[in-house]
Amino acid sequence: MPSSSIALALVGGALIGGAASGLLLFNGRIAGISGIFGGLLVPEREETAWRVAFVLGLLAGGGVLLVADPAAFPAHQPRALAVLAAGGLLVGVGTKISNGCTSGHGVCGLSRRSPRSLAATLTFMTTGALTVYVVNHIVQGYLP
Amino acid sequence: MKLITAFVFGVTFALGLGLGGMTQPAKIIAFLDVGGAWDPTLAFVMGGAVLVGAVTFPWALRRRKALLGDNFVLPTASAIDAPLLIGAGIFGVGWGLSGYCPGPALVSLVTLSPPILTFVAFMAAGQYLGRWLVRPSAAQEPILSDAG
Repeated sequence: MPSSSIALALVGGALIGGAASGLLLFNGRIAGISGIFGGLLVPEREETAWRVAFVLGLLAGGGVLLVADPAAFPAHQPRALAVLAAGGLLVGVGTKISNGCTSGHGVCGLSRRSPRSLAATLTFMTTGALTVYVVNHIVQGYLP
Repeated sequence: MKLITAFVFGVTFALGLGLGGMTQPAKIIAFLDVGGAWDPTLAFVMGGAVLVGAVTFPWALRRRKALLGDNFVLPTASAIDAPLLIGAGIFGVGWGLSGYCPGPALVSLVTLSPPILTFVAFMAAGQYLGRWLVRPSAAQEPILSDAG
């Protein structure tokens, strides 16, 4: 773990924290991506415009990365397509049921010192680590 | 103006995810691989974000309204209940399987790569499924309003 990658991680994190803080301070909204995404799937009148603008911002930022730092995206996915599909379904279900993801509970919730978000964050970190352990160290050879 | 700030913070958020390495599923998986070749770098991404947020959130919330005039819309649920823990547990499994959480997945849509399009399509399906599972008649508790 070179110190340059730690520095980059901290800078990236600070940008994420700064963006979440800015959205709260200026717009009064929580930068929880699963909630913003889910809110666009079942639009609510007053909450749709800023969510669209924020997601367009995410895509524009992705476009900047694609041009300026294409290595930010993987050339090859570490997981097979079927595994990605299953993962996507579980990410969608889980974040909907628990009302938050890495950003909503992890970043914004912890920043608000919410015990509920701390419980969620510890839970998804734990099941995430268990899942990677099972996949990488037990069933890796059986996956397509 | 509200749309401009939302857009700008969306761009900033995406750049932070990209610089921090969150759009690399292999890095996410290595971060979660505590029992293997663990790469703790991504802890500094969340650490950096919370370090900033822990200072600015309480400061921002001392205001009565947001700078552009809106009321603060904050999560109201505070219970650590079964839907929270079960949902977060399911999310973690999906995260560990794929190496993607919702933010990096949406940012990565610009690559138009079939795996990412597939992931996001299934994530949308999962949102609808989860919505159906927590519909008011499915449980005695009302639908929770939370962070997202």
